[in-house]
Amino acid sequence: MAPLLEIKDLHAEIAGGRKIINGMNLTINPGEVHAIMGPNGAGKSTLSYVLSGKPGYEITGGEVLFRGVNLLELSPDERAAQGMFLCFQYPLEIPGVSNMAFLHTAVNSQRKKRGEVELTSPELVRKVRELGKTLGIDADMLKRPVNVGFSGGEKKRNETLQMMLLEPYLCVLDEADSGLDIDALKVVSNGVNALRSPERSMLVITHYQRLLDYIVPDVVHVFSAGRIVHSGGKELALELEATGYAQYQNEAA
Amino acid sequence: MAATVRPMKTGAELALAEIFSAARPALPGGPDIAAQRAAAFDTFADAGLPHRRVETWKYTDLRALMRDAKPLAPLPDADAKAQAATAGALLGGLGFRRLFLVNGTFVPELSDLTDLESGLSISSMADALAAPAGLPATYLGRTVSSSDAVLALNTALMGDGVVVHVAAGAVVARPIEMVFVTTGETAVATFTRSLVVLEEGASATFLETHEGPAGVAYQVNTALEMVVGAGASVERIKITTEGAEAVHLATMLARVETGARFANTFFTSGGSVVRNQLLVHLAGEGINAHMGGVSLLAGKQHADTMLSLDHAAPSCESRESFRAVLDGTAQDIFQGKIAVRQAAQKTDARMLSRALLLSETAESCNKPELEIFADDVQCGHGCTTGTLDQQIKFYLMARGIPAKEAEALLIQAFVGEVLDAVGPEGVRTALSEATRAWLLGRE
Repeated sequence: MAPLLEIKDLHAEIAGGRKIINGMNLTINPGEVHAIMGPNGAGKSTLSYVLSGKPGYEITGGEVLFRGVNLLELSPDERAAQGMFLCFQYPLEIPGVSNMAFLHTAVNSQRKKRGEVELTSPELVRKVRELGKTLGIDADMLKRPVNVGFSGGEKKRNETLQMMLLEPYLCVLDEADSGLDIDALKVVSNGVNALRSPERSMLVITHYQRLLDYIVPDVVHVFSAGRIVHSGGKELALELEATGYAQYQNEAA
Repeated sequence: MAATVRPMKTGAELALAEIFSAARPALPGGPDIAAQRAAAFDTFADAGLPHRRVETWKYTDLRALMRDAKPLAPLPDADAKAQAATAGALLGGLGFRRLFLVNGTFVPELSDLTDLESGLSISSMADALAAPAGLPATYLGRTVSSSDAVLALNTALMGDGVVVHVAAGAVVARPIEMVFVTTGETAVATFTRSLVVLEEGASATFLETHEGPAGVAYQVNTALEMVVGAGASVERIKITTEGAEAVHLATMLARVETGARFANTFFTSGGSVVRNQLLVHLAGEGINAHMGGVSLLAGKQHADTMLSLDHAAPSCESRESFRAVLDGTAQDIFQGKIAVRQAAQKTDARMLSRALLLSETAESCNKPELEIFADDVQCGHGCTTGTLDQQIKFYLMARGIPAKEAEALLIQAFVGEVLDAVGPEGVRTALSEATRAWLLGRE
């Protein structure tokens, strides 16, 4: 079975010089859920941005293959059409663009790029409403401008809705639990778990073990100083919760 | 006494003087109108073409931008009429009552003058000027006072236009669209003047579109005077998509009476030099006035919106909202003046102009002015100039939306802040689509 994502000796820095990713290696097979845990400032969010193609980061070495394609050569929208989805830690507000129009444009842009038939408005509305129901997203939230005036929980549910609608191959969840209360965390986790399938993989980036009670990983990695310094099974998350990151930070140094 | 600046006459000014003296005998109107024309030309001749030292023209040096004066357009021939018949595509299919003005002349045979609603009458300005006691005799030049040189030039040389009267209480549901078209390969000048009078409690919607050939440096000077009677309701939308080399100078004067509703929106995407002057006099209490504008400019385009709003009576509410999207080395100017007179207590006026720069060489100038002589009022103004939010653009792209499409979505939303206030849904959609087409058609 070909891996879904292969990160090989990746080096990246912020435009201007500070090195953030420092010789990272990671292989994710289809269907696997990987968790990346690490202290603040380890470069976890940068990793998510480098994978999704955010401007402002410079790749100084290594390669990333996604579904056999050199990911680093693609623009963010091309990566999305290939099946990469970044669930933002802080989803942005887009005044003046209705949620439904945004979803419609996103879905059809991706379908168009893949040479698939675009969805008609009624088809999309039906699909969005069905998915919205499972996440507690009502018609009003779909009419409103994207994320404008949404609570932290509503924004994350909205991210989950986009993920469910776009059906990516790889979901990168960047601190998906930040700003969530327990109820919202359950709704979002249920949405993510509903997407688990033999073809779809997840990369869950988090500080805390708590999220991994809900989204149970196959593999847990410790990320420190820009690379993976230790890997283990789901029990590693519990161990980290008890001992902290200090020992691995030393290991990295 | 300050010395008056009497600059040397420019070529364009001298040519305009010749054009006026040659055209005078044939221009429509009786002795009173002829006297009005002569006085107006004197006003123009004294001031000359506006330049930087004229405060309201500070950013649009017409003396430099209008090097010559084009000859007056001849009456439209069959060719011109045939070309004009296909104009106005932007609002095509919306079923509006269309009135065609081709090269400055009202063309009844292209216009829809059938089944006029009860209380609605329409005539050509040339005919109305010639009539001894028509509406122009009562209102022309008497709606809002102004000594603007470009308006004076329009008064001196006005050839034709449209005169619309809506009787008291009449509700004209079907919007009236004035299609102004310039045709031909020779650069000409047109001077059109229109007059719209809505009596007490009347209601109507007006659209104006202005277009012409891309490669011809024609000149348009157009003016509209409007009287909005007590309790009347009017919306006017002016769409300027002139050819790339055209100079388009437009003035609107509106006098609004007690309890009326007045709305005016500009949409400008064409023309080399475009000036929209809007002078509004709120004469009675309890008026609701809404003024908006969108400019989409690229290349070397220069557009200047000059708003002068006079709150002369108490308890009126006004909103002024203008947006500009600028690419290339385009320049957009917004000068918005709100005067609140001493009698105009409880005025509520809010003005906001925002510009979005798509290139590093585009330029936006904002000059808000508030002159407040009453003490119990709410007045505010704001202006911003910025670029597209790159974080939001990345968010859209991360969902699969290509860069250009993402920009288009964001800019449509930016412009939507003004267009959402446009009444007729078909017009709103057409302008939003025109914005999108403009964005995607950019280089």
